[in-house]
Amino acid sequence: MKVLGYRLPGMSSLLLWGLLWEIVGRLDVTFFIPPLSEVFQTLFSIIGTPAFVKAISETAYAFVVGVTSAIVIGVPVGILMGKSRLLDELLLPWVNIFLSAPLTALVPVLMVLFGFGMKSIIIITTLFAVWIIILNSRAGVMQINRSLVEMAHCFGASPMDAFTKIYFWAALPEILGGVRIGVIRGVKGVIIGQLLISIVGFGALFELYSANFLMGHFWAVLIVLFALAFTISEFLAYLERRVGYYASKR
Amino acid sequence: MRDDEHDVEYAVSVRDVSKNYGDVEALKDLSLDFPRGQLTSILGPSGCGKTTLLKIIAGLLSPTSGEVEVNGKTVTGPGPDRAFVFQDFALLPWASVIRNVAFGLELRGVAKSERESIAQKYIKNVGLSGFENSFPHELSGGMRQRVGLARALSVDAQVLLMDEPFSAVDEQTRRKFQEDLLSLVQQESKTFIFVTHSIEEAVFVSDQIAILLPRPSRVSEIIKPTGIRNKGTDNIRRDPEYLDIVDRIWASLRSYVE
Ligand SMILES: Nc1ncnc2c1ncn2[C@@H]1O[C@H](COP(=O)(O)OP(=O)(O)O)[C@@H](O)[C@H]1O
Ligand SMILES: [Mg+2]
Repeated sequence: MKVLGYRLPGMSSLLLWGLLWEIVGRLDVTFFIPPLSEVFQTLFSIIGTPAFVKAISETAYAFVVGVTSAIVIGVPVGILMGKSRLLDELLLPWVNIFLSAPLTALVPVLMVLFGFGMKSIIIITTLFAVWIIILNSRAGVMQINRSLVEMAHCFGASPMDAFTKIYFWAALPEILGGVRIGVIRGVKGVIIGQLLISIVGFGALFELYSANFLMGHFWAVLIVLFALAFTISEFLAYLERRVGYYASKR
Repeated sequence: MRDDEHDVEYAVSVRDVSKNYGDVEALKDLSLDFPRGQLTSILGPSGCGKTTLLKIIAGLLSPTSGEVEVNGKTVTGPGPDRAFVFQDFALLPWASVIRNVAFGLELRGVAKSERESIAQKYIKNVGLSGFENSFPHELSGGMRQRVGLARALSVDAQVLLMDEPFSAVDEQTRRKFQEDLLSLVQQESKTFIFVTHSIEEAVFVSDQIAILLPRPSRVSEIIKPTGIRNKGTDNIRRDPEYLDIVDRIWASLRSYVE
């Protein structure tokens, strides 16, 4: 965007929205929206507190374990589905159902099965992330150039070689796209899980803040979460661009 | 100098091969022998089963009936005695030229430094020195096919299978390729099986031309343009025998072209 001949850096419009927030906050329209400056003050004051550190480390743990499992399960399953017609017929309906299913509804069941703790939250995170990763890896393999596969076969590739040297790389742009969306869904999963279970991580924190009408605290935590999710997603988008040079030329 | 009269030994023999794709009879009882150390072209209109035949020889497809022997051994799958040059190059788009050329060796477990020095040699042979670290998308079609050729050469297979390797490159590059192919056949003691749909190309490069006709697919004729082989690349195209053979082949193919 250009204003008066100056090139503004990306997302400068956020400043404008921030300003609006500040004004609305100062006007005291509702207790729900404190001024942005106050939110940031709160943010800096709570960021080192044990409660916050505990919440963020618990969340990070659940998120990393959940999303890593989703990738470790999702990528090979997707590649195998793309390679094998039989496996595809067997699994695709389930993947599609779970992809669009309201997974939040499963949370009570998971809590019964896996208890009210970390385990359930990790599983919820994985469930949120894994389906799109499977589907994208599968799509990446389906569009692979057949003659690359024949070439590998011809020059004596073992099935393992074909998997690691051809299928994986050929599908990598789609896989990364899937992982990026999966990670974003994982963020949702880990937060929704914590909110519903609400004795772990940010769930506990939100419970505490909203019960005590600490809106500054509430928003501060939310901003941290948004910023984290955004950073992770941008980093993955960057990786995707790195392989973009061959994505259009396979 | 290659001479027909001596070692008339066959590197590859195709015996009564049939191949059906569902109801489509792509090949029917096809038999053909490929003399060792020579270039045999398989020429025919598109859809007559040339690629199918080549893939059966490569071991990528199994025939519905019949068999293929390479050096007296029945083909059951791909093997190190055969290398393939693909019509669409089949290069790894995420790998550099040198890794692509060395890929056949990589799959055979040859150590990195060794395979790269072999690859280096063939990259030089095909005239791509200086492009070792380029990526396929940075190269022209002709250069990409040189990479595909170098890859096939570097595994040092006795039989080289080429499926319309020059059809995706421009006319000038194509002529240069044909000339290079002729000197390659002279230098390397390999058996070349070369699929093409271009009559001129087949006559220009071949020791033996097998004309394939469709419906049902069979070898209708085998032509050996022996007289023009030792004329030198500059003179072949205006040699009367060359022109005669081109005409003769066209006469037998024209009724199959809509
Ligand atoms: N995978 C396949 N499935 C069904 N039919 C095929 C397949 N591959 C080739 N064919 C058919 O077999 C015939 C020969 O094909 P091909 O060997 O590719 O011919 P060419 O290389 O001479 O153009 C064609 O009629 C084609 O449509
Ligand atoms: Mg073909």
